[in-house]
Amino acid sequence: MSEPSQPVRDSFARVEAGMKRRRAAERRFRFFGKCAVGLGLGFLVILFVSIVGNGYSAFWQTRITLEVTIDEASIDPSGVRDPAVLQAADYGALIKQSMRELFPDVSGRRNRIALYGLVSNGASFDLRDRILADPSLIGTTISLSVAADDDVDMLMKGHIDRGAPEADRRIKDNQLAWIEKLEADDRIGSAFNLDFFSNGDSREPELAGIRGALMGSIYTLFVTLGLSFPLAVAAAVYLEEFAPKNRWTDLIEVNINNLAAVPSIVFGLLGLAVFINFFTLPRSAPIVGGLVLTLMTLPTIIIASRAALKSVPPSIREGALGVGASPMQAVMYHVLPLALPGMLTGTIIGMAQALGETAPLLMIGMVAFIADVPAGVFDPATALPVQIYLWADSPERAYVEKTSAAIIVLLLFLAAMNALAVLLRRRFERRW
Amino acid sequence: MEAQASQFMAENPEHAPARRRPAEADSATYDREHRGTVGEVRSEVPRMRCTAVNVHYGDKHAIRDVSLDVGKNEVLAMIGPSGCGKSTFLRCLNRMNDTVVGCRVSGEILLDGKDIMAPDVDVVPLRARVGMVFQKPNPFPKSIFENVAFGPRIHGLAQSQAELEEIVVSSLQKANLWGEVKDRLAHPGTGLSGGQQQRLCIARAIAIQPEVILMDEPCSALDPISTAKIEQLIDELRRNYSICIVTHSMQQAARVSQRTAYFHLGDLIEVGETDRIFVKPQHQLTEDYITGRFG
Amino acid sequence: MTQTPLLIVLLLTLSSLAYHFGRKRAFAVSGGRIRTLHSLPAYYGLYAALWAVIPALLVLALWLAFEDSVITRLVIASLPPETATLAPSRLNLVLNDIRNLVVGNIVSSEPDAAILAAADRYRDLRGISTTALFAVTLGLAAIGGWFAYGRIRPEYRSRNAVERILKGILITCSTVAILTTVGIVLSVLFESVRFFQAVPITDFLFGLDWSPQIAIRADQAGSSGAFGAVPLFAGTMLITLIAMSVAVPIGLMSAIYLAEYASPRVRAIAKPLLEVLAGIPTVVYGFFAALTVAPFIRESGGLFGLDIASESALAAGLVMGVMIIPFVSSLSDDVINAVPQSLRDGAYGMGATQSETIRRVIFPAALPGIVGAVLLAVSRAIGETMIVVMAAGLAAKLTANPFEAVTTVTVQIVTLLVGDQEFDSPKTLAAFALGLVLFFVTLALNVLALYIVRKYREQYE
Repeated sequence: MSEPSQPVRDSFARVEAGMKRRRAAERRFRFFGKCAVGLGLGFLVILFVSIVGNGYSAFWQTRITLEVTIDEASIDPSGVRDPAVLQAADYGALIKQSMRELFPDVSGRRNRIALYGLVSNGASFDLRDRILADPSLIGTTISLSVAADDDVDMLMKGHIDRGAPEADRRIKDNQLAWIEKLEADDRIGSAFNLDFFSNGDSREPELAGIRGALMGSIYTLFVTLGLSFPLAVAAAVYLEEFAPKNRWTDLIEVNINNLAAVPSIVFGLLGLAVFINFFTLPRSAPIVGGLVLTLMTLPTIIIASRAALKSVPPSIREGALGVGASPMQAVMYHVLPLALPGMLTGTIIGMAQALGETAPLLMIGMVAFIADVPAGVFDPATALPVQIYLWADSPERAYVEKTSAAIIVLLLFLAAMNALAVLLRRRFERRW
Repeated sequence: MEAQASQFMAENPEHAPARRRPAEADSATYDREHRGTVGEVRSEVPRMRCTAVNVHYGDKHAIRDVSLDVGKNEVLAMIGPSGCGKSTFLRCLNRMNDTVVGCRVSGEILLDGKDIMAPDVDVVPLRARVGMVFQKPNPFPKSIFENVAFGPRIHGLAQSQAELEEIVVSSLQKANLWGEVKDRLAHPGTGLSGGQQQRLCIARAIAIQPEVILMDEPCSALDPISTAKIEQLIDELRRNYSICIVTHSMQQAARVSQRTAYFHLGDLIEVGETDRIFVKPQHQLTEDYITGRFG
Repeated sequence: MTQTPLLIVLLLTLSSLAYHFGRKRAFAVSGGRIRTLHSLPAYYGLYAALWAVIPALLVLALWLAFEDSVITRLVIASLPPETATLAPSRLNLVLNDIRNLVVGNIVSSEPDAAILAAADRYRDLRGISTTALFAVTLGLAAIGGWFAYGRIRPEYRSRNAVERILKGILITCSTVAILTTVGIVLSVLFESVRFFQAVPITDFLFGLDWSPQIAIRADQAGSSGAFGAVPLFAGTMLITLIAMSVAVPIGLMSAIYLAEYASPRVRAIAKPLLEVLAGIPTVVYGFFAALTVAPFIRESGGLFGLDIASESALAAGLVMGVMIIPFVSSLSDDVINAVPQSLRDGAYGMGATQSETIRRVIFPAALPGIVGAVLLAVSRAIGETMIVVMAAGLAAKLTANPFEAVTTVTVQIVTLLVGDQEFDSPKTLAAFALGLVLFFVTLALNVLALYIVRKYREQYE
């Protein structure tokens, strides 16, 4: 120890000796880091590829063009064109008739049923709507494009293997032959799937659409926004600007922070016990969904709103108070307008969270099968994520692409909302 | 591959750009014509020899053409007003500036005759030879023992636990801290007083047996009694190490150093024997600073 | 109920009338010299308007909240005694019939005279209630407005009064958070207590057998209705464990890489992309787990001769882990950035490589914060519902084998409560007992995690 130069040389040699190992360890560690980021992003890519890959085809639909002779005797024998009669007429028979004309040599009950099965049950409704809109078509032969059955749709989209043994396929050999004839006649083709956006839910995959769920989600979000924004802003203003520092406000603060981390399903239990059982509000209604989601998103929006208020510099308040405004006036006229963009950003993010939420809605019964498009907040409805859950549970192959397509729509909405929030933040970001 | 670690540092400016920014210089009173250093920049037995070192932070020229030696077994004090570049220059000596975003260093810095700026030099063994003590005591949130053992452990200096303990004990002894902490080696280092923490950091630095120790205003956060202890320690350490100390206090420079360098707005104005600089400064700026006209 | 919007519009009209007259009166009492008024005329108007609308709205809200239950009780009281004393579940069916009759829906069975009478009575009561509601609220609004109108004097401090009312409203809004918590605790606790009257709490917490089907016939085999929740807790923990063993290493390492190694450009791209994972609805993850991941795991297991259940804990846990990655990484990122630069400098100054600095200095320094982050993530995983509902099983099995199907607390809550329900069977009440456990466990984890994180932050501030 008394001889300084010797240990110095010695220690330096030891440092040098360890360098190779340490550089390798450094590279290894860095590599693990890269792998972790890569894995995370990889999962994201797989998720999106899987969803989009499964779902994009749902935006197209296989349609069959039929020549339908609208026989007056069968749908309006009296000839007075009474809408009630037209409404109740048997249009299915006309469709079947037209199918028989296309394939005159199909005989036997079983074969005929298989033939009629090529087009969707919804075809007769399409025809009815067409006739109701224009009764003058009665007695003529029109060319009508109708949706194909979901199994035909799956076959045309390649999800059913034409080469598979007949027993393993939902499309039988005779149907396959007819489809091939339709193909040869150029009567079967693909078109943009408008039904997906205009229909409510249905037991028939080819008729099922997201309109009902979308409207349900919109009503629910409407209620959520209308309740949570004023409540959260008021709460944030009180806590940030007026609340004295005491136990009560501490309690509120702790409460808000903890509520933000309570599992969403617990809010569903609350909604079930309080809103439905105690206040006997209607089950499955957007109003209850909105109330539950309000309670769930409230902490998020309050926290964001408080942050927005906090970022307004005290000089603004002091300036207002200095010219004789009351504290309430200073907040209402000077602080609040400056904090509003930040509050709106937080609200949009809260709304996006609410839009994607499923579990609490299951609890309050928004999971029922509802074919009608809801017309108000008290109507039974479902919501977009719940519709995804319902379709994901359905066994038919066609629902897989429906589910994925509904997910794509949901993700587009979420992306739009988040983009709006980012835009708002950029636009109104202020540096004091 | 040789410069792997240094590349990591250079490629990775992520240690918060905002955390470290060069200080702004006040260029008001300084006449740019006074280039070139007064006094003898070279030492008879140099440990480190810097020639024409320039440092840029982005567009800012922080150090201009500084040439300076650090001699063996001497304490070199660097003084000057705030933002004069003395800390920046100090950080060049073990390439700590590599971690700063947008900082470029040019020139030649030799350690025992070998250029440490060469691209094939690895900063890791370099920093094992040129240790550093910072302005604010920064013990790791570990026990006192582990703080001192940190360097020997990462560099693999001890072959056995007994050897490691010996290094820790002798480092603490050399840092004049052993008597105060020998009963509580397992206590956290952050629990010590400020002065003790700084001596712990010095013990930590000497545990890897460096050749040069850089000290960046080591006493500025300490009270006078702790400062006195550290100054005494510096004087004792001089026997085994070369020490380069940046200080704000001219008294401290006068007390602990053999040579003193005066920096002003990125220029090295004057270097010389400490006794001579404080008694008979040759440059007007040095004299103004020492006599307290500014700074 | 359907006339509520009309009533609200009427109330708002009254309120704006009150504003108008209040303001006019303020001008009048000032004799044209507004300076003699204590407050601006608008505040006098506002004062009157608030007095007109707030009491009326409060009454309206209370009325709507209790109208239905009061009417129902009155209707039940009027039913013939043999119907009124039916078991609650049967009584509910009767009430449903009555309600359906009132709305004009098709009723399941041919209604008897008593039911028809009850429906009439129900309809009458609702009519009376609506009329009374209109009278009471509109009257209250008029009285309130008139009262405030009468108090308008030049020296009356109407601004202070208005601000007091506004502040009262703000305080009320801020207590909604407390009310929510109280509501959660009370509703879950209340039903749980009813459950524990039927099933002893020790059987629930420590029982090893979970099969919530209640036997319909006494001699029915295999479905005696066992409510031992241990298999659920074990299943939840197994899936959480799998999720954590995916999310913690990946989340932590990517946080470290992005904070310490990545260039600003990589960081600016990769960080928000990783956070996209957190913004994807859980139902999407559930679908992904069930459709893509579970079959993939099952098939890859088949290649190695492993028999993997199609609803294996592994698939659900894996996908849940992916969902939690950004949660862990962004929390750890905050924590790592809070480690002071001086510690990094100290380590670099001694010649530590970057990974040595991270592993031996930054990580230990950030450990409390990271533990807090992981606890928050665990609480998140335990409460996660949709992924497990869609990808995990229903059968309660006590196993630690990740290749088997297990069920979780949240899955059982959903299965017990979705679909037809009667509110007094232990089966549905069990869901609330599970909810109680879930709430308190996640609450405890959150409180602990927030406490640790706060302590950690204080250390470096």
